[in-house]
Amino acid sequence: MNETLTEHILEVEEVVMAFGGLMALINLNFQVKKGMIKAIIGPNGAGKTTLFNVITGTFPPTEGAVRFKRQSIERLKAHEIAKLGISRTFQTVELFTNMSVLENVMVGCHTRTRSSFIASGFRLPQVKRKEAQIRSKAMEVLEFIGLTDRSEESADSLPLGDRKILEIGRALATEPELVCLDEPAAGLNETETQAAADLIKRIKEKGITILLVEHDMKVVMDISDEIMVLNYGEKIAEGIPEEIQNNHKVIEAYLGGEEDYA
Amino acid sequence: MLRIRKLPIIGFALFIIVFPWIAGTIPAIGNYPDLMIFAGIYCLITIGLSLLMGYAGQISLGQAAFYGIGAYVSAILTVHFGLSPWFCMVIGMLIASAVAVLVGVPSLKLRGHYLAMATLAFGIIVFIVFNEEIEWTGGPDGISGIPGLSLFGFEFDTVLKYYYLVWFLVFAAFIFTINVIQSRSGRALRAIHISEAASSAMGVNVSRFKIMVFVYSAILASLAGSLYAHYLNFINPSTFDLFFSIKLLIMIALGGMHEVWGAIVGAFLVTFLSFEWLHFFEEFEVIVYGIILLLVTIFLPHGLVGIPGIVKGWFRR
Repeated sequence: MNETLTEHILEVEEVVMAFGGLMALINLNFQVKKGMIKAIIGPNGAGKTTLFNVITGTFPPTEGAVRFKRQSIERLKAHEIAKLGISRTFQTVELFTNMSVLENVMVGCHTRTRSSFIASGFRLPQVKRKEAQIRSKAMEVLEFIGLTDRSEESADSLPLGDRKILEIGRALATEPELVCLDEPAAGLNETETQAAADLIKRIKEKGITILLVEHDMKVVMDISDEIMVLNYGEKIAEGIPEEIQNNHKVIEAYLGGEEDYA
Repeated sequence: MLRIRKLPIIGFALFIIVFPWIAGTIPAIGNYPDLMIFAGIYCLITIGLSLLMGYAGQISLGQAAFYGIGAYVSAILTVHFGLSPWFCMVIGMLIASAVAVLVGVPSLKLRGHYLAMATLAFGIIVFIVFNEEIEWTGGPDGISGIPGLSLFGFEFDTVLKYYYLVWFLVFAAFIFTINVIQSRSGRALRAIHISEAASSAMGVNVSRFKIMVFVYSAILASLAGSLYAHYLNFINPSTFDLFFSIKLLIMIALGGMHEVWGAIVGAFLVTFLSFEWLHFFEEFEVIVYGIILLLVTIFLPHGLVGIPGIVKGWFRR
């Protein structure tokens, strides 16, 4: 157990992301240990989502390196990174609203299956077989996230809590080793938040590493093994939850001049 | 769950099979099998276009150009070089797909409606080439004397025979397309339509899929062009102008672009409207199309094939 825990699944080295003159990430360095839940927190605009976009290949970093299992991925395309084993969810839920719950998860299976456009057109026997495999795998995922009985419903019809859960399920269907969850509890009520947190813990138990951006401090402190704090694109603190809670730099960044933050 | 029911397809196939025999007994619609050949040819194009637009969400304003490429490749190679029409048909499809890759790769790698602009320009360029390359294309006069089709000595020389040939191909394309939609590739296309970011995060190679479906639509359009050329034995550039590209869009918008059935319904309707029912409007035809399109977009956003859904909705209330 100890051996696997010390292995770094993701290494971010001197990453700079500049949008014109705006520096969204400044010389960022950090590692994620395999099998852990690492949370990234910070005030709005700190660069958390930008960091996710860099890691998952939405855009390449201006400078620096991102390594996944010791392989450089910073110049790879998003779909190539997905294939290597990094998946993600989105802050604003990006489900395929024109599909059923099941089909959304089936799209998640895309990268682990092959069947060509032409073979599908002729509906060759192997295509049928693969469709059945994809379907049963997607059903397994739905069972894991607890949405089996809504499989045929339109993804659009789900309440926000379930949509967030479904998006996590869709990410899991890609069989990732690292999942980047962008605010999985945002906009959820207490019960839904608890359900999301429990799900995240169960994902960890499967041996999947989790990178988590979240504003709900209760969730973050409760489930994270390690926390990194970003402010204006820079890392200002990193450590286990207890250390972060007592870090004066963090308190300053969060409190700033505002008084209403508890 | 996206499930395309088999029964309507079988029903439609039976209708297509018996239609010429029914039409033959009613003088008023005696010329309809001939029109149905054109409807079938247009169906081939709109089926591809519906996959491209309705499913993958990409707009092509140059589909007439691929239709023209098919027609002209068939015409030039058979008339000037005496090659076999079937062989020319395949060459046409290969050229159309190569051209689609050339036009599609730069514009489909970008997000947004660059394909619409690229194909608009491309359609105009191709139209100019058809008009100006007089030595090969005959210019505005076009090419005549294009041979008909035959297979192992069987000549497709009557309306009836050609009707069955065209509709056989339409059904083949229809089934192929439905199969694609219900597969992994089809899900990827529908996913791209909603969110490119989420699709690529799921491992879907977005630009590759967009290019693939664009090429597929070009191949079908080219096939349709070849069939047109061999049926009429004569082509000229005016068939393949920008207005025809727009007319194709009208077809799928009218029929409903989110279902392949919509492509067929739309192609049918516009064929009959333009050849028969709207004849007396003459040059005002364009305005009538405009009005129809306006009404459909406002009241039937899912096109005519959306009507059953709306009616069902009434009854549920």
